[in-house]
Amino acid sequence: MGRAEKRLFHAIKQAVESYQPPAVFVYNTCVPALIGDDINAVCKAASERFAVPVVPIDCAGFYGTKNLGNRIAGDAMVDYVVGTREPEPLPVNLPNPNIKIHDVNLIGEYNIAGEFWHVLPLLDELGLRVLCTLSGDARFNEVQTMHRAEVNMMVCSKAMVNVARKLNKKYGTPWFEGSFYGITDTSQALRDFARYLNDADLSERAEKIIAREETRILDLLEPWKQRLTGKRVLLFTGGVKSWSVISALQDLGMVVVATGTKKSTAEDKTRIRELMGEDALMIEDGSPKALIKIVRDYKADILIAGGRNMYTALKAKIPFLDINQEREFGYEGYQGMLELVKQLTLTIESPVWQAVRTTAPWKKNLTGFKNLSGLEMQNG
Amino acid sequence: MAEIIKRQKALSVSPLKASQPIGAALATLGFNHAIPMLHGSQGCTAFAKVFFVRHFREPIPLQTTAMDQSSSVMGADENIIEGLKTIAEKSRPALITLLTTGLSEVQGADIHRNVKEFRAMYPEFNDVAVVAVNTPDFTGSVETGYAATLTEIIKTLVPDAKDAQTLPGRRKRQINVLASYMLTPGDLEALTDIFEQFELRPVFIPNLADSLDGCVTESDFSPVTIGGTALSELATLGDACATIVIGASLYNAGKLLAEKTGVPSYQFDHLYGLKANDKFINTLAEITGQIVPERIERQRAQLQDAMLDTHFMLGQKRIAVAADADLLIAFTDLIQEMGAEVVAAVTSCMTASLNNMPLEKIKIGDLEDMEIIGKAENVQLVIGNSHAVDSAKRLHVPILRAGFPLYDMIGGYQKTWIGYRGSRQTLFDLANLVINEAHEQIPVYHSIYKQQPVAPSCH
Repeated sequence: MGRAEKRLFHAIKQAVESYQPPAVFVYNTCVPALIGDDINAVCKAASERFAVPVVPIDCAGFYGTKNLGNRIAGDAMVDYVVGTREPEPLPVNLPNPNIKIHDVNLIGEYNIAGEFWHVLPLLDELGLRVLCTLSGDARFNEVQTMHRAEVNMMVCSKAMVNVARKLNKKYGTPWFEGSFYGITDTSQALRDFARYLNDADLSERAEKIIAREETRILDLLEPWKQRLTGKRVLLFTGGVKSWSVISALQDLGMVVVATGTKKSTAEDKTRIRELMGEDALMIEDGSPKALIKIVRDYKADILIAGGRNMYTALKAKIPFLDINQEREFGYEGYQGMLELVKQLTLTIESPVWQAVRTTAPWKKNLTGFKNLSGLEMQNG
Repeated sequence: MAEIIKRQKALSVSPLKASQPIGAALATLGFNHAIPMLHGSQGCTAFAKVFFVRHFREPIPLQTTAMDQSSSVMGADENIIEGLKTIAEKSRPALITLLTTGLSEVQGADIHRNVKEFRAMYPEFNDVAVVAVNTPDFTGSVETGYAATLTEIIKTLVPDAKDAQTLPGRRKRQINVLASYMLTPGDLEALTDIFEQFELRPVFIPNLADSLDGCVTESDFSPVTIGGTALSELATLGDACATIVIGASLYNAGKLLAEKTGVPSYQFDHLYGLKANDKFINTLAEITGQIVPERIERQRAQLQDAMLDTHFMLGQKRIAVAADADLLIAFTDLIQEMGAEVVAAVTSCMTASLNNMPLEKIKIGDLEDMEIIGKAENVQLVIGNSHAVDSAKRLHVPILRAGFPLYDMIGGYQKTWIGYRGSRQTLFDLANLVINEAHEQIPVYHSIYKQQPVAPSCH
């Protein structure tokens, strides 16, 4: 064992002794990957010595992009964690004992800003027990039981699709792709659960909940919709959001003039065409200059993109909404639409855009005469 | 046009108002070698002094005629005359302001006659200026008391142009500045900086930045103010190139000064936010004929950037403001410029300037009113003085401390709110207060089917 490996071993020991975690995840980085440390072997030895699962994630920075890291971690979950424990029996005294409870997983649901908590109560009501949301708000003991799900919903299409595929191959679990952004897609996801679970009663109950929720939220959205209808959006985000958010915006009567497809798969692009029409503008070049040009050329009212583009937009005096993981607002589910419209109007209707575009009054009437007379006054 | 809702209740709970004599004393404290004398019972002065000392964290010269039972009933003329004489004798101040209180006004004191009597009796103190101002505390507020005192001082001590042979513009670089009580010493310093960039020499009337800016002095003790506007400056006001009046409460004082001197007067409600400062800087550029300095252009662009950055936190925010009219107007404009709403506007007394405010309703009342309206309107942030801290706590929202008095913080008197720079800092401060409460958090939801965490396998 090299010194670095020994150090790792002791680090694991310290973590286990100080914090008694249910498991330890070890992430490989560039240096140990280059010098050839065998983190798999260290993890295995530590796991045996300390009687705690120690999971190696071989994800050195130079291997590739953030997406690849996500995928590697997903693989590690399936290889090392899933299937190591059986789910707990259902709790007793459930509110509705007459419905059949189905076990499901959500893969690629990150519960950003707690947005999944808008959706989870509906799944509870339907009798869908979420064994695990990988990896928003997930617990190790929940990941262990993922193999028992009857169906998996793939929420963010690209990054962890390997998990859904692997679980399908290994345990035969069917999976489908869906999104909780927007009314249409949320309803569709609920229907798809019922369809894949092949439960007529569930289907019937899902329709009732959908009807109830859609009526409720459309009513609440009405005043906001009037303010947003016809507003033009440039959407620049990756993966599933490139199409799932389109649907949410269209639900509000907004026009998506273009969407980014840098991280989208061929399937993602097909869905975009379904939503936006054949000649949808798909943006690969996400440079600030290109984005600003498209905003201007297509007369977009707002740029919806990741946080790193925020200040690009602000400097160009373009209203902006953060859609990526760093955001502080939850937009999922029916309820999330209310927050979405609030944030959209907040920036689109803000008086600051007008204010920052105003020329200073002394520049407007910079005639020269004023200055001349002033100079005369000074000299005289 | 705002609907002004008058006070309907008998009881004032958590008062917002600081009284007229306090404002009057504050105006006096901005003149050099000055001292205010409150005509009333000792308590009238003691509490004013407490406010000042805690707000400015400075010793405050403040005198009282100390009316007691017999002088309240039998007449207190002697208290005034002897009081003026004692102060004049002992401290030889440049200015004594004689300010009434509720007690002396109800008693029926005629302070203007008393001053005449004092002059007749003690001609040896003719070099001590005495200005009498009626400032009963049962009407008006700190703002109106301050304005009334300034008006009286101008009326009494600024000579008419024809008498003094002053000529507007003779002093090309002098600019007179009447600054409302809402401008802090920090604000006045920032203003000086701006004027100097236009190569102007401001004469502030009064100048709290020279007397109450928190500064160690050479002498151990002084019974009168150290620093502030020298009374001799008042004779030069008529030679200035222009007068800048900041705050609607001083428009009448400004008008009077213009009438007496003929110096052109420019009025500004406040200097909060982009629009107000654009107008102000543009005026200075026009008055001086100078090109706006690059540094100011830069600060303007910085404020615009801050507006962009903070609009995410401040946009659509529901804000309660409890302040006297000038400050209420200033904050309302700033808040509305950011796309936020003033949903609870409470002020201490009726003034004409309130009528034209771009608000639906303004409540004349106290901090309890602010709390009740704030609760009904779901406010997310309170702006008010230190008295409003408890109200904000009960509303479970953060508070931006502004106005007078600020006794539970250090350096409130020195904070700069105005100009492009001060406005930028105000936006940052507002945004920082709400950055973590910028939205209602989605409550944590636990599934009814949730698998209970099992003990880790190692235990």
